Amino acid sequence: MSTLLEVRDLKKYFKTPSGTVHAVDGVNFSIEEGKTLGVVGESGCGKSTLGRTVIRLLQPTAGTIIYDGRDISSPSKEELKVLRREMQMIFQDPFSSLNPRMTVKDTILEPMEIHRLYDGDRTKQSEAVLNLMDTVGLARRLANSYPHELDGGRRQRIGIARALALDPRFIVCDEPVSALDVSIQAQILNLMQDLQEEKNLTYIFITHDLSVVKHISDIICVMYLGQIVEMCPSKTLFKQQYHPYSQALLSAIPYPKVGVKRKRILLRGEISSPIDPKPICRFATRCPHAKPICFKEEPTLVRVEDQHYAACHLQKESQPYELPFPEDTVEIENK
Amino acid sequence: MNNNNLLEIKNLTIQYKTDNGLVHAVNDLSLSLEKGESLGLVGETGAGKTTTALGIMNLVPDPPGIIVGGEIQFEGRDLLKLNKQDMRKVRGEKISMVFQDPMTSLNPVMTVGKQIAESISIHESLSRKEAERRAVDVLEMVGIPGERFNEYPHQFSGGMRQRVVIAIALACRPDLLIADEPTTALDVTIQAQVLDLISNLKNEQQTSLILITHDLGVVAEICEKVAIMYAGRLVEYGTLGDIYNHTRHPYSIGLFSSIPSVDGDEKRLTPIPGLMPDPINLPEGCSFWPRCNRATEECKKAVPALTESEPGHWVRCFHAGLEGSSYKNDASNKNETSKQDDTSKKNDASRKGPQTHAEYADTESACKFLGSLVSE
Repeated sequence: MSTLLEVRDLKKYFKTPSGTVHAVDGVNFSIEEGKTLGVVGESGCGKSTLGRTVIRLLQPTAGTIIYDGRDISSPSKEELKVLRREMQMIFQDPFSSLNPRMTVKDTILEPMEIHRLYDGDRTKQSEAVLNLMDTVGLARRLANSYPHELDGGRRQRIGIARALALDPRFIVCDEPVSALDVSIQAQILNLMQDLQEEKNLTYIFITHDLSVVKHISDIICVMYLGQIVEMCPSKTLFKQQYHPYSQALLSAIPYPKVGVKRKRILLRGEISSPIDPKPICRFATRCPHAKPICFKEEPTLVRVEDQHYAACHLQKESQPYELPFPEDTVEIENK
Repeated sequence: MNNNNLLEIKNLTIQYKTDNGLVHAVNDLSLSLEKGESLGLVGETGAGKTTTALGIMNLVPDPPGIIVGGEIQFEGRDLLKLNKQDMRKVRGEKISMVFQDPMTSLNPVMTVGKQIAESISIHESLSRKEAERRAVDVLEMVGIPGERFNEYPHQFSGGMRQRVVIAIALACRPDLLIADEPTTALDVTIQAQVLDLISNLKNEQQTSLILITHDLGVVAEICEKVAIMYAGRLVEYGTLGDIYNHTRHPYSIGLFSSIPSVDGDEKRLTPIPGLMPDPINLPEGCSFWPRCNRATEECKKAVPALTESEPGHWVRCFHAGLEGSSYKNDASNKNETSKQDDTSKKNDASRKGPQTHAEYADTESACKFLGSLVSE
């Protein structure tokens, strides 16, 4: 399978009155066509900025983005317009990412009009809109409804249909299910998986929900303060983590199971400021295993195992944390 | 009535009058909570969880909300019959509440210390100095250094603000703490800290807890009892073990199968088909039948009663995995729905003992099949 997207040393800084925010700071990864890269992290870790920079909604401060063999770090306006047909985005909030004054049909039709799909033939475009609505599971009768008439799940389906309107190859999904109830969330996740299989789509899936990211991704990146601290196939991550932050993050997930005994790593304090960070390990201040070296040098992402990368000075010393797997769970007797 | 019960809600019904019609937010809800017990109230958006909590606090916004009927017995008094003054004494001192969003539930122009001291001095006749000293203690109890007493909410991060809100709620050592989605706005590692704090405080102070959440994982962490709500009704109630290991109501089963598991390997999720009904226009009969794979004609006609399937485990379903005889039993009860909801535990000898998972192996596969048919 071929690599669709490659990102090398990507940086995105924002200048603010109180200093430069290093939102994304030296990120490297690649995605193969038809696969899903999951990006997890807590609020403020730069995961949304990463998504927006990759898709060229933001101009990167430094680094290269190679899409389908082409460098798209600084494209011309024309190139960018062509790129937009191939790269799309699904947003988190289905309430604010839709224009309240446009009907469902108009919303999905707009990208087709802009890119003059079907040579601008309105009837063909309308037919395509209705087909898209079928694809994402929206009843055709809703074509003339406005977003406020619909619930969150249906609105998110509009967002997906809009992203699919130009038949893209690559979609950045920024927390697409976070605003939805679990039963609806499951419907949308299934839909996204079906679409991926059918159209061989490539996703970057950004979320803070670890169980969702495990379910949908092939590869997971764990981000902390603008950097990738650990990257590996999703199944591997949930078996063994090398970075202390990933260990703490995974141990913090509340399990919907009774009688599971597990160690929880409680982190001290909260995520520190991304403004002008010092060149040391950014996790060192909260790290339960921090050693003097962590306060002196910045660790780089190194291979610790086949297909498994971590950025930690101590990955050999810190004990890989093990999650309880079904065989370890204790069944509680029903009293 | 059980004497250990701190709180007993009987047939609580709350509605909102809107221009579009009557919203049936809470329908005939009965619940009880023992001293020191923690109950997880689970449901999706619009299930009536928060309205129930506001009902207990007698804070349902009126208009448009009206408490149509029911009783809320707390320490032998019906909270719904108290006058405003008496109710104020209960709030904060006996029952307090932690709201979802720590950003909006604090006063931005008052230091956090003053906000904590305020609730102490309202309920106890202490000097200002004394109240402030107590406030510092409470602040330290929730893990915030006392020196930050004079800071304003904007100087704190989200997790810290939620700690402040918890400190205010616990300042007068209430008997009952109602926490409405206390960790939903927080990141997982911060959520872990706050949950840890709540369960420690609960154990130290013997506070009873009602935790409102949509996250079944959070409930498994700190609750002993679980109540699952759907469309304003309680559909299943029991201990953690009952609900998590012997799930009976098709909605609860659907909820569990909708969550991607961290340790499993499932390829596809099995969502509940369809959408939550509009609370203005609830379907007749069991409100879950349009989405239910077990639905029969019976379900469309009458609301099933909350029946005890095993001692302490209550389910509102005609087809709760019981065998023939019990089915008939349920059917004969269907006309007298309201009185049946009483959660005071009667031992019904005719009920079957615990059923095993094997029974719904079938249901689950049916669920999967239905899930694959879902289009909208």
